[in-house]
Amino acid sequence: MSVLLDKNTRVICQGFTGKQGTFHSEQMLAYGTNLVGGVTPKKGRQTHLAKPVFDTVADAVKEEGAEASVIFVPPRFAAAAIVEAANAGLKLIVCITEGIPVLDMLKVKATLKNSHTVLIGPNCPGIITPGEAKIGIMPAHIHKPGRVGVISRSGTLTYEAVDQLTKTGLGQSTCIGMGGDPIHGMDFIDALKLFEADEQTEGVVMIGEIGGADEEHAAAFIKHHISKPVTAFIAGATAPTGKRMGHAGAIISGGKGTADAKYTALAAAGVAIEHNPTLLGERMLEMLR
Amino acid sequence: MNIHEYQAKEILKSFGVAVPNGQLAWTADQAVGAAKELGGSIWVVKAQIHAGGRGKVGGVRICKSLGDVNKAAGALLGSVLVTKQTGAGGKEVGKVYIEEGLDIAREFYLSLLVDREQACISFVASPAGGMDIEEVAATQPEKIQTFPIRDIQAYDTSKMAMFLGLDGGAVAQFDSLVRKLYQMFVAQDAAMLELNPLVLTNSGDLVALDAKFVVDDNALYRQEGISAMRDLSEEDPREIEAAKFGLNYIQLDGNIACMVNGAGLAMATMDMIHMKGSEPANFLDVGGGVTIPAVTEAFKLLFSDQHVKAVLVNIFGGIVRCDIIAQGLLEAIKTHPMNVPVVMRLVGTNEEVGQALVKGAGLNVYWADDLDEAASIAVKVIA
Repeated sequence: MSVLLDKNTRVICQGFTGKQGTFHSEQMLAYGTNLVGGVTPKKGRQTHLAKPVFDTVADAVKEEGAEASVIFVPPRFAAAAIVEAANAGLKLIVCITEGIPVLDMLKVKATLKNSHTVLIGPNCPGIITPGEAKIGIMPAHIHKPGRVGVISRSGTLTYEAVDQLTKTGLGQSTCIGMGGDPIHGMDFIDALKLFEADEQTEGVVMIGEIGGADEEHAAAFIKHHISKPVTAFIAGATAPTGKRMGHAGAIISGGKGTADAKYTALAAAGVAIEHNPTLLGERMLEMLR
Repeated sequence: MNIHEYQAKEILKSFGVAVPNGQLAWTADQAVGAAKELGGSIWVVKAQIHAGGRGKVGGVRICKSLGDVNKAAGALLGSVLVTKQTGAGGKEVGKVYIEEGLDIAREFYLSLLVDREQACISFVASPAGGMDIEEVAATQPEKIQTFPIRDIQAYDTSKMAMFLGLDGGAVAQFDSLVRKLYQMFVAQDAAMLELNPLVLTNSGDLVALDAKFVVDDNALYRQEGISAMRDLSEEDPREIEAAKFGLNYIQLDGNIACMVNGAGLAMATMDMIHMKGSEPANFLDVGGGVTIPAVTEAFKLLFSDQHVKAVLVNIFGGIVRCDIIAQGLLEAIKTHPMNVPVVMRLVGTNEEVGQALVKGAGLNVYWADDLDEAASIAVKVIA
C-alpha cells in the first residue's frame, strides 16, 4: 500500500500544453503515471503527447474519469485552476505553481473547506509513490519503493532525505512535498495520519523549515496519535529574523517561527530531531532496526 | 515589499482613514517650509526608512518651534539609523516626513495580517499602543488579542472596541475604521498593515499616527500603484542585482558564501556551515529554471564580495543540471577571477558532465560527496 497515489490513479495535467506542463508530463508518463490527458482552455479536442486535451477539468472527468490533477498554470491563473479542479470533483490536486498571491490562496482554502478534495502545495515538488507513479517534478530515479514515508516543506532538501533513504536500503512508501507557501493545502498532520494508517509505512521523515507553526502543531499531534518512529530536520536555524528565505512561508516574524522553537516542540513529542540533514537516513535506519 | 510610512498614509487616506497632515522633505529648509505650511505650534519630524524601531533611536523627534524642526531635520537627514530591524549596518536617512502634532488622549496597537493558522485575515489589537509589540507580547501577553475575520460583522468590531476599552462615539468610529482597513488590506494585496500607534485624540478622533504596510510580492503584478512606490535606495544593491537574474539572494554577515538549488537546501547549507563552526555570507537559491547567464551572475556576485573567504557550491540536481552550474562558473571566471577557494558538491542530473567541465579547466576546486563533507572542507580551508 501507499498513500493517495498509485499506478492506477487517473491523472490529468492543467497547463498541459505549456513548456513546463509538457516537459513534466513526459517525465510522469515515462515513470508510469497513469496520465490520461490534460487541460488547456481553447485547445480542447486536440491531442498532445498522444493524449487528449480538454477545455475544462469537468470535460476530462466526464471523458477520461480523471481523479487527480497536477497544475502548471501561471501564478495569476493558478488559484482559479485549483478551484476548477476541486469543483469538478477531483480527489487529489497537486499545484506546482510558485508565486500565487496569498489572498487568492485564502479564497481557495475557504472553497476547499467543505470538500473532500486533497490539495498538495502550491509551490511544491508534488507526490511520488516510488515504483508506481509520480505527480510532480521530483527526479524519480533517486527513489526506491520501501518502508519510509516522507513529508516536507522543501523540494531539494526532500531529495537529500530520499537519496539517503535509498542508499540505506530503506526506500520510501510515499513522499509528499507540501510546499513553501504560507497558505497551503495538505500539512504535516494530514500526511502523518495517512502514514500512520498505511501498512507499508514503518517510519516517517519530516522536513520542516522556519516560519509558521505547522511543525509545532504536528508535534502536538504526534505525541498522542503517532506510534511509528519519526525523525525531523528543520531548515533555517541560522536564518535572520524578518527576511523571507526564498519560500514565501519561510520567514521568522515577531520572534515566532524559529527553528529552535520547532525543534523543542518536536523533541518534547518524542520525535528524533536531527540537526544535520545528511544524517536523516542513518537515523531512520537505527530506529527501524 | 515594504513602502515608507508617508506612502502607507497616502493609501490609508485614500481609503478614508484619518491620518495627521504631513509633508515630505529632503532638506532642512524644506522641512521648515513644510512645518510653516502645516501650521500649528507643534510638529513631529520622522525619518523615512524601511525599518521599525525608529522611535527608540531618535528617528522620530517632537519639535516645538520652527528652529527645532530645522535642527531635527538637519540632524536626521544623511544620518545612519541603527534600529533592531535595520541590522548592524543601519539605514541612511534620505528624507523626513513632517507632521502636525496631535493632542493625544490614548494610544492603541492595531494590525492586520494573513493568519497562517486560521487561513484568513486576522486583526491583532492591544490597548498598549506605541510600544514595541513584541515586548508587550513577551511581558504582558494578556494585553494582546488576535481576532480572525472572515466576513466582518458588527460583533467582530464591537468585540475589538471593547477589548481596547473604547466607548461612546469612538465605538462607531472604530467600526468604520476596521472596515476601511479590511477593505484596504484586500484591495491592495497587503501582507501586513500595522498602525502603532492608532491614537484617540482629545477631541475624540481615531487617527493613524504611524503606519507600516507590506505588500505581498506575489501580487505586485496587479498592484501597479504600489509597485511604483518601490524605493530601491532602501534595498540591498546585491539583492537587487541578483533579483534581476531570478536569483534569490540575501546578504548575511559571515564569510563562507554559498550557492544552492532550492530554498530549503540553501537554508540547510547555511545551518551546516554554522554547525561546523563558521558563518554563511549569504543565502542564495538559484531556483529550478536556472540558466547559464544566471549562474554566471551568481558566481560573480559571490566572487566580488570582499567578505567572502570561500565559496561552497551545493547542488543536488533534479531539474537543475550540473553542467549548467559548471558552465556558469567557467563563464564567471573570465571576468571575475577565482581568488578564494571553491568547494563543490555537484551531484544529480548530468553530474559527470558538470564535474568533468570544472576539472578540465584545471581549477583549484575542492570536491565533496555530500553537504556535511563540503561544509567541513569550507570551514577548514578558511581557518
